[in-house]
Amino acid sequence: MTKRITVILNNETRSLDVEPNDILLNVLRETLGVKSPKIGCERGDCGACTVLLDGKTVRTCLILAVEVDGHEITTLEGLSQSGLTPVQQSLLKHNSFQCGFCAPGMVLSATELLGKNPSPSQDEVKEAISGNLCRCTGYEPVIDAIVAVGKKAGKRV
Amino acid sequence: MSSLKIVGESPERIDGLEKITGAATYVDDIDFGARLLHAEIVETPYAHALIKSIDTSAAEKVPGVVRVITGKDFPYRFGLYMQDRFSFPTDRVRFVGEQVAAVVAHDAKTAKRAAKLVKVVYEELEPVLDLTKALRDDAVLVHPDLGNYTRCPWFFPQAGTNIAHWRKTRKGDIEKGFKEADVILEDIYTVPRYSHCAIEPHVIVGLYDLSGRLTLWSASQSPYTQRHVLAQALAPLGLSHKDIRVVTPYVGGGFGGKAGVSMEIIGAALAITVKGQPVKVRWSRAQEFYNTYQRQGVIARIKLGAKKDGTITAIEHTLHWDAGAYVEYGANVVNAVGLSATGPYRIPNVKIDSVCVYTNLPPSGPYRGFGYSEFHFGLESHMNRMAHKLGMDPVEFRRKNAIREGDTLAYGAKMNPSGLHEAIDRVAAEIGWGKKEVSKDPNKVIGKGFACFWKAPALPPNAASAAFMKFNEDGSLNISVSGMEIGQGFLTVMAQIAAEILTVPMERIRVELPDTDRNAYEWQTVGSHVTWGCGNAVKAAALELRGKMFEVVERALGIARDTLYLEDEKVKCRTRADFELPLQNFVINGIQTSHGNFIGGPILGSGVFMPEFTSALSDPETSQGGHPNVHYTVGAAAVTLEIDKKTGKMRVLKATLAVDAGKAINPGLVKGQIVGGIVQGLATVLYEDIRYDLKGKLVNANFTDYKIPTSMDVPDEIVPIIVEVAQPDGPFGARGTGEHTMIPAAAMVANAVEDAIGLRMKIMPITAEKVALELQGISYEDVKGSYMGLCFAGHPDAYKFHTKASTKK
Repeated sequence: MTKRITVILNNETRSLDVEPNDILLNVLRETLGVKSPKIGCERGDCGACTVLLDGKTVRTCLILAVEVDGHEITTLEGLSQSGLTPVQQSLLKHNSFQCGFCAPGMVLSATELLGKNPSPSQDEVKEAISGNLCRCTGYEPVIDAIVAVGKKAGKRV
Repeated sequence: MSSLKIVGESPERIDGLEKITGAATYVDDIDFGARLLHAEIVETPYAHALIKSIDTSAAEKVPGVVRVITGKDFPYRFGLYMQDRFSFPTDRVRFVGEQVAAVVAHDAKTAKRAAKLVKVVYEELEPVLDLTKALRDDAVLVHPDLGNYTRCPWFFPQAGTNIAHWRKTRKGDIEKGFKEADVILEDIYTVPRYSHCAIEPHVIVGLYDLSGRLTLWSASQSPYTQRHVLAQALAPLGLSHKDIRVVTPYVGGGFGGKAGVSMEIIGAALAITVKGQPVKVRWSRAQEFYNTYQRQGVIARIKLGAKKDGTITAIEHTLHWDAGAYVEYGANVVNAVGLSATGPYRIPNVKIDSVCVYTNLPPSGPYRGFGYSEFHFGLESHMNRMAHKLGMDPVEFRRKNAIREGDTLAYGAKMNPSGLHEAIDRVAAEIGWGKKEVSKDPNKVIGKGFACFWKAPALPPNAASAAFMKFNEDGSLNISVSGMEIGQGFLTVMAQIAAEILTVPMERIRVELPDTDRNAYEWQTVGSHVTWGCGNAVKAAALELRGKMFEVVERALGIARDTLYLEDEKVKCRTRADFELPLQNFVINGIQTSHGNFIGGPILGSGVFMPEFTSALSDPETSQGGHPNVHYTVGAAAVTLEIDKKTGKMRVLKATLAVDAGKAINPGLVKGQIVGGIVQGLATVLYEDIRYDLKGKLVNANFTDYKIPTSMDVPDEIVPIIVEVAQPDGPFGARGTGEHTMIPAAAMVANAVEDAIGLRMKIMPITAEKVALELQGISYEDVKGSYMGLCFAGHPDAYKFHTKASTKK
């Protein structure tokens, strides 16, 4: 028994059939071919599968595909469609990532934060990315890069 | 030689853009189309049992199931240093979660459903979960066939026991050393197991095509080693190295967990049994915890003797390792520690016994630090306590005994150039050593802790690196190596080395990820050795390229090659200021002469590095006579720790670490290793707390219950310090730093805890819960309840090292 759902994925309308028990993460990766959300723990602990659902970060390993019918999903692929965003540029400049596996989720969490709070404090940044586990960097270069975006934005205001 | 232009700078990582856009491809991201098969593993619930029968008939009947595979189909042993591991065991299982069968189906859900239908009948055996029992004469044996296993010549398994390897190192006269001592301090330190927790789980896709080629796409630090180990294991099927291809795209973290071969053997086995179709095995997070490698647990007794003036006269260091069910890699960890457990100190009289013990817990293996993190906890705790006993400052005591270039190591070879004293001094200055800090909160106290560290790569003596290099039509450069980019910045560093010699800018260099069909050889990316080893190979290849270019210019234009040099992607001449020839003008198409013909052609280069001065051959009773380690990287670290006396909660106010990189090819990346390594090390002492039930089942195999640090748990401040005392045989003087930054963390915290609250914690981890209990006078070991964190019964202080096995000559 399948159900037809329609999602707006990275500004494109996509319709597809899913099983009621299909996990959104698997549907994104296997059916829709979007690979930036990663499989890290499959129980909502690591944040590697983070995407923006109607602009808010969610863990796609904890969501059924049928739940997102009619909603809008942005993955890292969608974020860079018209060039790197300021937070991507800053993360790149700071050499923030090592293995890079947590990067897609981390970038989206940072994007959500900066959308709500253009000049976050270091503590606000730490809190915003606390659901994205990174085993390589010790977080410091990631935090610094996100704070730097905020400082730059703050100066422009 | 002109001054360096790009070596020593910190340019943007060459893999940065791919990783920040999501373009970076990891194994699980590769599409294999509709024919891709999925596997589900049938695991044993017992730590030790005989397999009486396996009935796969019900599972095979499920629509969508392609094959069910057991040890009968694939009865091969494998191992890097000792072939003690099985693709699927045929007769007995040795740890909870070990694979006994696999179901291959057209989709993952079907495989999962069918796997539940495989019926396995076991006869339970007494599990070996206690080192004391494991070492008894009448011990239950984990590997009754130990004596028959193929192994490397520097392992000494003892058939008929659970001892997989025993490294003995003897130097000087240990009894005389203790007689000369005015103060002798002896105590026991305990380190439990840990899990790597790379965020990317292990994953492998195998395709055994209809022509008989086996291709494996593998999340691995070791493409060539995987090919070699698999070729050995699959030789009975007629496969050889040329028939096997290992492709390794980006890897989502390794830390040693993706070295060698672990679950990858299953991918290879399944691929071979479903010829013509690709099959994927992806580990769940739980499997990641219990069926790859863990860092092994260890209980260590240290006896240290020193004179009143602080001179160390002798060390006796006995380590019993809980190495788990299979030790084909872990035994080399034990070996490495057995050679180096003096720490970075000049000690004339040494007795080290590093004993690798089989238990019925998950297999153990390499984890960032390769045993050194484990033994430094005890040793660097002990150094502090000895200093206090002598009435000396702990930093001064370390400085007095710190090893220097030319000192004789425990196994008889000489110490390489070392910046240890500089590291000690700079860390002491940075942390404000000797200045007591007081918290504004009356419930909180602040302590400082210091620790030194050292580590050598643990490589076989013929662990070689190689590089291929070629120019493109526009003068851009491709480098083909097989070191792995596991996050440390390997690709960037290799590009910097080539850029320095060839004057090609970084943005015009590609460094390719490994494919054993085409990339040059690399033993594996472990031991923090690829900057050094592969860096030397890349440097050699770049020099060859340069020599070939000069040769072409000489032949075509008649300009003597020894007058030529490279600058800004041009060949220039010291004696003819007007001469310059852009590389892109000739590196593919050659140089046209006045006759119209072309001289030269595509400029290709290769380079090789082999540590020809090393040897693993030595006296098994003393370890004297060989040169097993290429060099040591040294350093020091310190921490300022605030402790809440009510809750035990600890906050790292500041951490600093100095490492002697020889020459930091990319200081930014070295600093990245320092920050990341400190946090990973702090996690092992402050947060991560592995638990088994009393039957050997890992009970916290997930990130909910096994806590790795989040962004909220990082130190308030981390100050990385780079010391540069050149390594003479390193590229531009470089040596490795990646693992080392994790090593001192646990001991420096233990020392800071004692400084703050006067309690000496000798059992890792040192969690808030333990500190809070100890502050109330309650021993955590007495109240911890019915689970195991350590691999022996009772309190560590009562552990008996004098088993017959470990005293026997």
